[in-house]
Amino acid sequence: MALLSKLATNEQHGENSPYFDGWKAYDNDPFHLVNNPNGVIQMGLAENQLSFDLIEEWIKRNPKASICTTEGMESFRTIANFQDYHGLPEFRSAIAKFMEKTRGSRVKFDPERVVMAGGATGANETLMFCLADPGDAFLVPSPYYPGFNRDLRWRTGVQLLPISCKSSNSFKITIEALKEAYENAQQANVKVKGLILTNPSNPLGTTLDRDTLKNLLTFTNEHNIHLVCDEIYATTVFDAPQFVSIAEIITNDEVTNRCINKDLVHIVYSLSKDMGFPGFRVGIVYSFNDDVVNCARKMSSFGLVSTQTQHIIAAMLSDDEFVEEFLIESAKRLRKRHEKFTGGLEEVGIKCLKSNAGLFCWMDLRPLLKEPTHDGEVTLWKLIINDVKLNVSPGSSFNCPETGWFRVCFANIDDQTVDIALVRIRMFVDGNNDVKENGVAKEKQHWKRSNLRLSFSNGKYDENVMSLNMMSPNSPIPHSPLVRARN
Amino acid sequence: MGFESANNNSILSKLAINEEHGENSPYFDGWKAYDNDPFHPLKHPNGVIQMGLAENQLCFDLTEEWIKKNPKASICSTEGIKSFKAIANFQDYHGLPEFRRAIAKFMEKTRGGRVTFDPDRVVMAGGATGANETIIFCLADSGDAFLVPSPYYSAFNRDLRWRTGVELIPIHCESCNNFQITTKAVKEAYENAQKANIKVKGLILTNPSNPLGTTLDEDTLKSLLNFTNQHNIHLVCDEIYTATVFDTPQFVSIAEVLNDNETNYCNKDLVHIVYSLSKDMGLPGFRIGIVYSFNDAVVNCARKMSSFGLISTQTQHFLAAMLSDEKFVANYLAESAKRLAKRHKYFTNGLLEVGIKCLKSNAGLFCWMDLRPLLRESTFDSEMSLWRVIINEVKLNVSPGSSFDCQEPGFFRVCFANMDDETVDIALSRIRRFVGVKRSGDESNAVEKKQQWKKNNLRLSFSKRMYDESVLSPLSSPIPHSPQVR
Repeated sequence: MALLSKLATNEQHGENSPYFDGWKAYDNDPFHLVNNPNGVIQMGLAENQLSFDLIEEWIKRNPKASICTTEGMESFRTIANFQDYHGLPEFRSAIAKFMEKTRGSRVKFDPERVVMAGGATGANETLMFCLADPGDAFLVPSPYYPGFNRDLRWRTGVQLLPISCKSSNSFKITIEALKEAYENAQQANVKVKGLILTNPSNPLGTTLDRDTLKNLLTFTNEHNIHLVCDEIYATTVFDAPQFVSIAEIITNDEVTNRCINKDLVHIVYSLSKDMGFPGFRVGIVYSFNDDVVNCARKMSSFGLVSTQTQHIIAAMLSDDEFVEEFLIESAKRLRKRHEKFTGGLEEVGIKCLKSNAGLFCWMDLRPLLKEPTHDGEVTLWKLIINDVKLNVSPGSSFNCPETGWFRVCFANIDDQTVDIALVRIRMFVDGNNDVKENGVAKEKQHWKRSNLRLSFSNGKYDENVMSLNMMSPNSPIPHSPLVRARN
Repeated sequence: MGFESANNNSILSKLAINEEHGENSPYFDGWKAYDNDPFHPLKHPNGVIQMGLAENQLCFDLTEEWIKKNPKASICSTEGIKSFKAIANFQDYHGLPEFRRAIAKFMEKTRGGRVTFDPDRVVMAGGATGANETIIFCLADSGDAFLVPSPYYSAFNRDLRWRTGVELIPIHCESCNNFQITTKAVKEAYENAQKANIKVKGLILTNPSNPLGTTLDEDTLKSLLNFTNQHNIHLVCDEIYTATVFDTPQFVSIAEVLNDNETNYCNKDLVHIVYSLSKDMGLPGFRIGIVYSFNDAVVNCARKMSSFGLISTQTQHFLAAMLSDEKFVANYLAESAKRLAKRHKYFTNGLLEVGIKCLKSNAGLFCWMDLRPLLRESTFDSEMSLWRVIINEVKLNVSPGSSFDCQEPGFFRVCFANMDDETVDIALSRIRRFVGVKRSGDESNAVEKKQQWKKNNLRLSFSKRMYDESVLSPLSSPIPHSPQVR
């Protein structure tokens, strides 16, 4: 009899992909402005580190928000003792209000529908548990966040069926592609329970326009399947077009309001990207379906938000003045950083998909590929890690149907580091151009300069880190004794 | 309009529709009564006293004192804010190294330093609730079964079974030997499962026990370990009440038994501990759940699964500081045990004075009352009747043994560590009055009893559909009139 469960022994957690090099390279040689200026720069992590000063300033001015300060202590025991899975009422109100503000107050959110989860990771899994049985499937536009493979499928037994999006139309989701994916599933006798998408998109950084959203909603409604919108990047929108939440579509639009079955629509949210708080594990399931709210709330027992955190978030997000300032300033800084980075790339001839949101851009490195194949992409990627010394994420890890695209994050580093990254890219592109002109010799010199061993054997490590690179939460701790033990 | 209703099976998952979350049990009356009429010493002195919640509220003053002296433990204080960014941004599912070390050290201290714990085996989970579910996901497939000594914590039905699809097979324990777990009973449960073609993957127990408040002696632990080892099945010990031990016999952790000469040949890959700070430190809101496994592959798997229920780094940071303070910890553990012992003695003595016996216990935040003499007949119907009377008349929310799967009617769990001394006195005086009345009621005719019922102005409404609240942890809803409920 097998000692452990199938879940424990299958590879469906998605972390044993061959993409561990990026992480390993970073781990072995992490960039530090002062201590290790030639190290690998981490550009594979979608974190928002641009606006912590605003938050810290608020905290200094609001000691009562913490239950551990002199001013806030009197709440300690009530808060520490509170385990009601509805969560603190003030927390739910604050989250609902924040969700409204991040959508320009164009739609209202009901605090009674705000359900907690263990980060968006937990929220996504919980929704799958509520909406689908093992063996059922969800459609997902690709390229998509690699963490979905684990979050949506692993313990739920639910399948993911990608809807291919193409560069020829800027990776937009077309109804044709959606229909095709759905019909293929029908033919294969796979029960499709819904469609899940991330809007704004990871890895694309684009937002869905109103018409696309309406078409998607019409399609799911017609087929009586669910529509789950992961709006985790809602507040990272820094440019036109304005973000349109699915909530707006079903609430404000007269036509959809009448014809759409709201019981099929659900939103996933989190503060990990918008506020830069991934450590706090603030995940939210917001469903328009009462039964789903009820069920998700019961399941939230497995991943509630610490009341210590609920308390401070409630205080912070109830401060209207702070929230408004934060949203404006955060968007401003993201736009500036995005412009600087994409501008720098443009200067060396690297184009990015035009984007208006997210903490990353979607680089088109097809011109740099030796061959337009998966292998070609992996080779280029290894070169970027080991030679250019930037940890970026290859499109294949996002299930991108075309080769040559890379996601590069820009909001988790300071301005100086951005400059250094751009310099390295410039050097690399110039060097590459030289190679193309002068033949093989120069390329070998590039390789020699790199003193990182390229070891790609899968056998040694079971902490395979590519998806770790992009999955949240992740595991960058090297040399874990548990890893070594096997050999 | 042609929409399928939300109740249509095809829209939601089976999980969403079945009742396996366990909250639609008939035991919602206690909660409802409390909700409608909660006791407050000043505002509502005749309200229902909450004695169905296993919370430890006796030592908050110690924790608060420590916090005042250690502002750096918070990332939100002036002294601690420089850590804010790094902590808020840290999402590594290994957790803060200092947190894991502090937890390992705390686990050692609560076991008297008799055994060491490896910080690299400390894996986070969403409370013990999440930890228990996670360990089952790692060890068993849907349809497999775990044995569990009964009476047991009722939320196991949800935590261990709901989303995992794993079955629970109770090992019945009897009052005649103080509800001890016998090898005979374990064998019997195991063999019945074999005959029914059910694959048993392991045995899970809570030690110290909820609801009994007793600790397992070394011999019993060794026998259990031998049994599970012999049959190559897992042994999961939920040691969530470790530091609530207030009296001899001394607590023996399964970790100690593993080191013992007699049993250290046992396969460690089959042994796992669940822990939490919800009971020992009184911090249920902080969701500090721990999976500690001696099996490397399980540590790895549980760690990946911890992504679904990590502990907020704000909380990790705070606990790392507090639990690393050895002086504070030593003092806290000693004082907490002292206060629990005192409260336990006071309460059980008060019960004894009116002839109510409790199972002799040395741990936990509750006692296991024997109310069999008060039953009209030795049936579960009678137990439920008695329970309703206690809620509605005596106005105490206690938990009937049947909700813990107890096989003998008449036992009730009553919690005593979630209230102050005055409230304990009030509860005892109400019990005193009730027992006195009951005695005279038994002796005289039924008329007086009817008068008692009339005095009660709470409607007894037992329709299951209306409420899905019961007494699981985390709590179902003490928020009344939730629109979803209506």
